[in-house]
This record gives sequence, structure tokens and C-alpha cells, in this order.
Amino acid sequence: MNKTSNKFRHLVWPLVSLALLLLFNAIFTDNFFKIEIKKQESAKPAVQTVVPDNLPAAAGEAAAQAEAAVQEVPEQAQTSAKDSKGVSIFGYYLYGTPIDILNQGAKVMVLAIGMTLVIATGGIDISVGAVMAIAGAIAALLISLLDAGKCPGAGMGPEFYWIIPILAALVLATVAGFWNGMLVAGFGIQPMVATLVLMVAGRGVAQLITDGQIITFDNPGLVFLCNGHALFLPFSVWIVITMYVIAGLLTRKTALGLFIESVGNNERASRYAGIEARRIKWLTYVICGFCAGVAGLLAASNIKCADSNNAGLYLELDAILATVIGGTSMAGGRFFLSGSLVGAILIQTLTTTMYMKNVSPAIVQVPKAMVVIIVCLLQSPVFRAKVLSIFASKAAKGGVQ
Amino acid sequence: MDLLQTNGIEKQFLGVKALKGVDFSVKSGEIHALMGENGAGKSTLIKIITGVYPASAGTVYFNGKECKFRSPLDAERAGISTVYQEVNLLPDLSVAENICIGREPRTKLGFISKKQRKVQARKALARLDIDINVSENLSSYSIAIQQLVAIARALDVDCKLLILDEPTSSLDENEVKELFKVMKKLREEGMAIIFITHFLDQVYEVSDRITILRDGQLVGSYDAKDLPRIEMVAKMIGKTPDEINQMQAGIVKNSNFGDVVYEAKGIGRSGTISPVDVSVRAGEQLGLAGLLGSGRSEIAQIIFGVDPHDSGTMTMCGKSVNFNSPQKAVKAKVALIAEDRKVTGIIPDLTIRENIILALQASKGMWKTMTLKQQEEMAEKYIKLLRIKTPSGEQLIKHLSGGNQQKVLIARWLATTPKLLILDEPTRGIDVGAKAEIEALTQQLCGEGMAVIFISSELEEVVRDCDRVIVLRDRKKVGEVAGEDISLKNVMKLIAG
Repeated sequence: MNKTSNKFRHLVWPLVSLALLLLFNAIFTDNFFKIEIKKQESAKPAVQTVVPDNLPAAAGEAAAQAEAAVQEVPEQAQTSAKDSKGVSIFGYYLYGTPIDILNQGAKVMVLAIGMTLVIATGGIDISVGAVMAIAGAIAALLISLLDAGKCPGAGMGPEFYWIIPILAALVLATVAGFWNGMLVAGFGIQPMVATLVLMVAGRGVAQLITDGQIITFDNPGLVFLCNGHALFLPFSVWIVITMYVIAGLLTRKTALGLFIESVGNNERASRYAGIEARRIKWLTYVICGFCAGVAGLLAASNIKCADSNNAGLYLELDAILATVIGGTSMAGGRFFLSGSLVGAILIQTLTTTMYMKNVSPAIVQVPKAMVVIIVCLLQSPVFRAKVLSIFASKAAKGGVQ
Repeated sequence: MDLLQTNGIEKQFLGVKALKGVDFSVKSGEIHALMGENGAGKSTLIKIITGVYPASAGTVYFNGKECKFRSPLDAERAGISTVYQEVNLLPDLSVAENICIGREPRTKLGFISKKQRKVQARKALARLDIDINVSENLSSYSIAIQQLVAIARALDVDCKLLILDEPTSSLDENEVKELFKVMKKLREEGMAIIFITHFLDQVYEVSDRITILRDGQLVGSYDAKDLPRIEMVAKMIGKTPDEINQMQAGIVKNSNFGDVVYEAKGIGRSGTISPVDVSVRAGEQLGLAGLLGSGRSEIAQIIFGVDPHDSGTMTMCGKSVNFNSPQKAVKAKVALIAEDRKVTGIIPDLTIRENIILALQASKGMWKTMTLKQQEEMAEKYIKLLRIKTPSGEQLIKHLSGGNQQKVLIARWLATTPKLLILDEPTRGIDVGAKAEIEALTQQLCGEGMAVIFISSELEEVVRDCDRVIVLRDRKKVGEVAGEDISLKNVMKLIAG
């Protein structure tokens, strides 16, 4: 029993924080936990308004607003969900704020998988936001070419050819991860500096792919990723679940997890023990790139367009935060995928709560930062010991009196 | 009252009692040796005195006052300086920066005075009769010099009690003599010195009093001249002198050698080691002897593929091989227990079990995973076999004492069933009992047909255990002795040239 409690100890404080946040919402936010079962109205995609190509800036704003709107007011999200595309296998799906949190948080949850592994080796990848933009850009470009019949494979028809952009985006993102891994593990560049290269250049690459335009699409396959439902839940949630199961099996059912922790904890000794430390590090960056590709597809699917400037902007920070909240040390070593998952859900719950409480987007980062600080302090054994000793000394004094 | 006095110190770690009511006292102007086996509680006691850990119970009196130091810095301010076994300095800073860190001399404007700092550093080193360039990075000097720099740093504050935790384990004979001169001088100045070492000769050479701990308990404090050496060892390991004599006589050299396991012809690396021939047979124990920096460890690193060689060829069991990475060496059943346990050995935040299975798992690769049950059985087996002192295999390795960590590393490599086992200073910082255990173990492994390369700066060990000894000086092989010719005198003669 002691063993099990040790195994889940890292989860205690993030879960407590999440529970407190949910409790706050249960009391102060109306209908927060209300979940309805909706019937899918139409299986056919609605026609999307085409954004004029000569107004990229305005379109960017519109897209950003569209994304904010989805997060901001559930009622609107509801209409947009009805308006569009979603295909549900049983024709029914669950609808409500908690579900929305999972759907909107899917991107960070996916990013956090790769980030956790990279951080566990003692590294960091700050390029994942830019890689998301690249993935979105290539997917949007290819789908627009396919729609126009200018690309081989268009003969498959719109019901099937969406697989091409998805695969291309994943491959390209994985290559980006391979590049990062080469710089870090191959050439020994500091991870922060090495991934900074792609963080800065990546959005340029994405702009290059889309020729500086914002490309919109309405292909049902692509749109389904973040807007469709399957087995009562948003499809994105199933993507997250699948990826966590695979990551869990890959790290805990093979020796990869042990090797990653060993390399992160003492790289030189790991090499002396016969572990190919560089290869292990390299591999984590490749996995991280792949995760960024999935997250990039989700982001593009969410707003039905590829916006190279704003897709995944600052999400690397959320992914790092989710990892740290989940109990993985930035110094490397022990890692906790389940903790990172809870961390990502916590961050999204916080964001959604802010929007529902009508906190102005301009200042939303401030209360978010405060909650994050509290969670991090709760995670720190030093802080907890200090607080406990204050209580203990007070109690002792009270006892004497 | 004495300068330092502890009453009934107790310390508990995760349910394990490391100290059980220790009374200990040190007077001004004496060198006091603190003796005990690995895990006896020496390091823990020192860490409580210097404020690294709080005591679970008991009190520490220093300079007549009850003290509860909250950190080593706190203790340092009160006049207790410590030099630890592993050099705890910053290798990428200069010698002067290392000596003055945290107490830099200031200019009138409050900026750090670099000039003053160098002067101060030179003065501190002059006290130890060391003359080196204080502007050089610390890492450009040998471990021995680094150790002396650490001592110079400790003396640079107004220090009343100096604690030296295994200060001599990486020093050669002359350096040890220098250190002892310094220690005696400091004693005359009225300083109290706590001296921890595993070298018994050294204890008697400088100590006035000896305190012995065993299993976290005080055995007693004695005047050095009233305590015969054999009795001290007996008290440390809790056995009678007769039993010890039997243990030492128990080492029998194996003389049944099999085929050549490993053979290298003219392997070398320019700037590191001149080309040298090395070959070992199954069941043979080959010693590499020489002073620190003579190229002993470098040969081990090249054989194991840590450093690439730029000349020569090697064969393993008759087949030509080229170890350019440890992975290849491990797969070919070579094992290296490297010199610096902390840097190249343990993975501190992993459990004992994980540390033990690590090399075996690495040689199997990522996909052929051992089940948790297999791992636990393996850990259990080696904990028993090597008598590793721990409540369970799920303990983190960093919580073990140095000697037990070393045993875990030996277990890690035995688990890979190596054909060639290289031990680089395996007994460094380890007590008499564990040393004898490790020596007996390597003999036993040789008897089972393993080839062993043994590197040690303690010549007695090399002479006692090895069947053949290669002697190195200044990164060159200067001679080889075998069989009956192996004697302290012969080896020393070759080393001295």
C-alpha cells in the first residue's frame, strides 16, 4: 500500500488544486457542471465564409476572435458546434463546460507528453508553438491544393484525401523534432538555444509555406479533428487518450522510461552504464516534434484555418507549466505523464474559468499567474515544511498557554 | 568544557536509525580521528554538527554554547569549517574565486576587488606551502591540488574546528606528508581537527585521540597511544582480532588461468597515454600500478570505449573488436567500475533496484524489458550476496553510504555477467571490512574464470591481489612484474624509476 501511495504522491497537489478550482466553479459559476446530451443535427459540413485573400491582417484578427469566442462563451460555442460539420458516430454527444475544457485543453495535453519526456532528459523544447504553426500551415496548404485538384491524390475525393495533409503535417513536425534533437544531442548545443532557433525561424517557415496568407479550409475530415464527436466525446479527447496510452506503454512497458530518467539524472554515468544517452535524448525531441504536429493539426482544425502568426502562440509555455505542475523537475530525472495531463487540464480549467467569469482578456494572465504560483508552492516540499512548521509552532504555543 | 561536545545525538532517515545516541567531544589543539565502517554514522554525525541535517534528538555544544546550525554556512560563521570527501568546489571558476567565494574582498565602492582576491588566495595557499597560478581554472589542476585548495578555503575563515572528511583518499604519499605537516602546525596554533580516514597508518601518524562508531552507536573514545591497531579494527568491525587475521589469510590467489580474454596491441591516445600492450587471461587479475595521473585510469577508459584510441588494435576472446563507445564494450561483456562514483557511477534519484539492473537492461536494449518481478529478484539477490545495507531495493541510491553505493555498482556490473571486469579504485573511501569483502569477491570471481583488471593507488592491495602488475609512469608503461616477483619493493622501484 505504501508503494502505491508513493507512486501517486506527485498527483496529490495538482489534483487538490484542480478540485479547489472546480469547487470554486461549482459555487460561483452557474451551470458549470451541467452536461447535456445533444443530438447531432447535420452530418454535412456547412459552407464556410471565405476570407478575402487580400486582407490577411483582418482575417488574422477575425480568426483570433473566433478562437476566443469559442473559449469565451459556451452558448456561442454551442451554436458554432451546431453550425458546423461535426459528425457523431452514434448521433449523440455530450455537451457542457467540462467537455469544452477537455476539448480546448487537448492541444496542451498533447504537447505536454513530448515536453515531459524532453524535460525528463534535462532538456527543454521551446519551439513546439512554432512547430504547431508549421504543421497547421502545411496541412492547410495541401488541403487547399487538393480542393483545387492541383495535387496528386485529389482523385480520392474530399471524404478521403484529408489523410494526405494530416500525414504530411505529422511528418514535417517529426522532422522538426529530429532537427532539434540533432542540435541538442548531435552537436551538444544547449537545449534552450538549440530550440530557440526553430521557435524564431519556425513561424517564418510557416509563413513561407502559406505564402504569408491565412488559408482557410472546410474539409470535413480535417475539421472533424477538433470539432467532431465520437462515442459521446469530442474526437480530440479520444486523440489525447490514445496518445497518453501509447506514451505510457512506450515509456513504462519498455525500458525507454528508465533510460530517459537515468540520462536526465546523470548523463555521464548513464553512458558509462552502456546507455546510448545521445540517442535517447534525440528520440525525445523527435517524439516532442510529433506531439507538436498533432497539436498543430488540432489548433488548425479548431478554427478551420492556418494562421502562421497566432497558431500555438506561447503554448510552449503552457506545456512546460503543465509538466512542472505535474511534478516533473526541470532539472531532469523522474517524470510523470499522468501529472502533466492533470497539469494541462488544470491550466485549461483556469483559462475557461477566467473567460466565464468575464475577466477581461487583457488582464487574464494575472489571476492565472497567481493560481500557478500557488500550485507551484504547494508542490514544493520546502514551502510545505515551512508552512507546517509555522502551524506547528503556533499549536505548540497554544498548548503551553 | 571541550570545544565541541555532542550529547545523545540521534538521527532517523525514513525509518532507519543512522545514529543512536552518540556522545562525542573534541578539545582545542587536538587531532581527533573519527573511525568506523561504511554506514557506521560518521558522515551523518559530521553533517549534524555542521548543520547539513537537523538532529532528531540530542544537543550540540560548541564553544560553550548550545548550537543549532541551520546550514553549513551558519556553522562556518561560528568557526566550523569542513572539507568533504568529494571536492565540493566549482571547477569552472578560478582557484582564487573558489577560495574567496562568498567572502570576496571589496573595494571602497563595494565592488569585488580582483587584485585583493588574488592576494588573499595566494596567502591562503601559502599557509599550505602551495604555489600555483590562482587565476587558472580549478579544473585545470589535479584532484589532489583541488583537495588542497578546498582545505585552503576552509582555513581562510576564522576557523576553530576543522573537519577533514577523507581528505587523503586522492593524495599521493608526498602530498599526504605535506597535509600532515599543515595539520600539525594548525594543532600547535590551537585548532581542533576532526580527521576521518580509512587509512589506518595515517590515523596513528597524526591523531591524538580516536573515537570509534559502529552501526550508529558510540563504541568509545581512546587515546591513540593506548589503542593497539588490531584492537581498533576489531572495535570498528565488531569482530575479535583472531577473526580478522583469519579474514586476511583467507585471500588465496587463483593460479588457474584460461585463454586470453582481452588483448590490446599498442593502444594509445596522443596526449593521454603512449601506446601500450595489455592482455588478460580468464581467471587472471592484472594490476595497473602507478601514481595519480600516470595513465592508469586512462587505459581503463580506452579499453571501455569512453575515450577513443588513435593507435593500436584490440581483440576480445580472439575476435578483433573496436570499442569506440561504452555500449559496444558492454555488449562484448566488458564492465568498468569507474573511478569517480558520484560522476560516472550512481544515478542518484533512481532506486537501488533500478541502478542494479541498468547496465543489463542497457545491453539488452530498450525493447527486451525485464519484468518488475525479475528486477526485484535480481536486486534482492545482489543485496544479499554483497550484503548491501538497506531496508529495501526501493530505497534511492543517494541515501546509501559510499561503500554501499560502491557495492550497488559492483552488483550492476556482475548482473551483466562480464568476461572482463575493470575495477578503477574500487576501494577508495571504503572501510576495512568492505575492502576485504571486495578483495575476496574479486578473487572469487577470478576463480570462476573472470578476467579482472585492478587499478588502485594502494600498492599493498595491488601486490596482495594481482597475478601480474603493469607499472606506469608519466603516461608510459615502464615495466611489468609477475608471479613471485610482485612485491612492494619491486613495484615501488619501477614507479620511482
